Amino acid sequence: MTQAEATRQISFIQAINEALRQELQRDPSVIVMGEDIAGGGEREDFQDAWGGPMRLTKGLVNEFGRNRIRDTPISEAGFMGAGVGAAASGLRPVVDLMYVSFYGVCADQITNNAAKMHYMFGGKVTVPLTIMTGIGAGTNSAAQHSETLYSIFTHFPGLKCVVPSNPYNAKGLMTAAIRDDDPVIVFNNRQLMGMRFDDHVPEDQYTVDIGKSEIKQEGDDITLIGIGFTTRVCMEAAEELEEQGYSVEVLDLLSLSPMDDDAILSSVRKTRKVVIVDEDYPRCSIAADISALVAEQAFDYLDAPPRRVNPPHASVPYSKPLEALYVPNKERVLEAALEIID
Amino acid sequence: MPHTEINRDSLLWMYETMVTIRRFEEQSRREADAGKLRGMHSSIGQEAVPTGICAHLDDKDYVLGTHRSHHHCIAKGLDLNQMMAELLGKSTGTGKGKGGTMHIADIDRGMLGANGVVGSNIPVATGVALTAKVKGTNQVSVVFFGDGASSQGVLHESMNLAAIWKLPVIFVCENNRYAESTPFEYSVAGGSVSNRADGYGIPGVSVDGQSVLDMFEVGREAVARARAGEGPTLIEAQTYRYMGHFGADDPLGYRSEEEQKYYIDRDCIANCRAHILEGSFAEESELKEIDASCLAAVNEAAEFANNSPFPDPEELLQDVYVSYS
Repeated sequence: MTQAEATRQISFIQAINEALRQELQRDPSVIVMGEDIAGGGEREDFQDAWGGPMRLTKGLVNEFGRNRIRDTPISEAGFMGAGVGAAASGLRPVVDLMYVSFYGVCADQITNNAAKMHYMFGGKVTVPLTIMTGIGAGTNSAAQHSETLYSIFTHFPGLKCVVPSNPYNAKGLMTAAIRDDDPVIVFNNRQLMGMRFDDHVPEDQYTVDIGKSEIKQEGDDITLIGIGFTTRVCMEAAEELEEQGYSVEVLDLLSLSPMDDDAILSSVRKTRKVVIVDEDYPRCSIAADISALVAEQAFDYLDAPPRRVNPPHASVPYSKPLEALYVPNKERVLEAALEIID
Repeated sequence: MPHTEINRDSLLWMYETMVTIRRFEEQSRREADAGKLRGMHSSIGQEAVPTGICAHLDDKDYVLGTHRSHHHCIAKGLDLNQMMAELLGKSTGTGKGKGGTMHIADIDRGMLGANGVVGSNIPVATGVALTAKVKGTNQVSVVFFGDGASSQGVLHESMNLAAIWKLPVIFVCENNRYAESTPFEYSVAGGSVSNRADGYGIPGVSVDGQSVLDMFEVGREAVARARAGEGPTLIEAQTYRYMGHFGADDPLGYRSEEEQKYYIDRDCIANCRAHILEGSFAEESELKEIDASCLAAVNEAAEFANNSPFPDPEELLQDVYVSYS
């Protein structure tokens, strides 16, 4: 039997879809809402016309009906707020925020209500809301449909933030997010949605723990930290560094809030060098935060300053050659790593 | 238990509720003046609005409020002791002292929170109604907001969403004529909030918010409509806040004494009292007993709150998350 037969490979999109479908089956309090997540509104002849702009919710309306799978108007503040209220009153809503850039029209509902209700009300109200949102450049979609922005949300106490990097952890983190009693934002990178993965994805339900990173490969000379799409970039860079004779550790962060500080610190204390690869804007980014963590808590172990690889402090360009310069890639990671590795 | 018609029981409940609110707000003002809380958005003058609506609700129904929400909380049956303790930031408060005057909530009483961001609770209330719809319960969700919030986009998004989904939510605008210092006539185009319901194909009702009887009637109709699955209603209650926006401001800086007198002469509690006596629903002596018991309850709340401890230091980091590691 070949490996392909022994394992079950599904796409990132199928993984999210499967997590949603299985949670909808398991728990009647789970609902899903967002723009075009079924498509066709209430037209009988056109049910499931879209299944979400990225097809993450394809087929769900046929299985679970319109009471639980709700197309919304283009009204992010309205339906995000409705998600908060539904969560606070007994449902487990999954709200699709098509692109993270649209947070700007519903930020109040996320940061003032979802994040704060549990605290302000003395712990007596919970908001088990899951927001799933598309992130990332590299799709020729320009500045308002390509941002990453997860760093902003880690700033807010009360929110949890996870960033899957492959179909296996996409399914597990999505399932964990829905079951979590706190508001969780799942940031799904759009480039990953179009890629092939070899990872085995069990058909049965499972969760990936929120707050835990994964060591993709162990090594002694340098630590590369990836987040979502950039984990893939780190793996490509690691392969090339190993060909040059270096031993590389790759840490897939997976969760940004809570963040696995212990795993970051123990890896850096071992390798004494770190490159953090982050697709978010560089200022006040999660990479800056990790760099500060390492500098403050592992300074004596470091052989070189922590290095960050972010896009430049610029909006995402439309033109393909410019966009290719924008997103962190293998070459930039190699450059940063080779500067500090010897 | 919800009241269904105007009678002795419902009138005395409404009278008692409104007097309790007024005494509570007067005491809150004294506590604020003594420096125990900063800023106190007084609801004096607006007591009839939530009272007439909440008369039709029970603990399973939800109410969501604003920065000025003490009257919503009392009308929804919250414990005065816990409320006053919350105002003073004490550990015995509704939110263990961590929410304060603008964030009182009690999920057991169906009060899902006051909210300090103008308009912010309107979509949240719509989502609460969605829960009732999805689960097939007959619960109703009521959100109160001011004339200032009527200019926020979320009201319009929420009316649209609630209308297309036929959600059991009641949008209650307390038009007290002023958004902070900005007059209604200046800031609301078209001169009416309730007319805006027309654009969403839902009932929009303007009502005398100084008449608890009128509030009771529109509340009855809106709640019945919501429970019957017929969808949302927008109510615009014409009311007035007697005090400044947050207490320390002098409202005469932006409005006239004549205008204030016009509304204060139509006071909701005085009106209700007169109605009870004229209709012989109760003797004056009974109302005086109610007056005394309301004052006693508020005094007890103040004593409870003042004697309660502040939260322990470790409370700072409690309840940020349900779990976080």
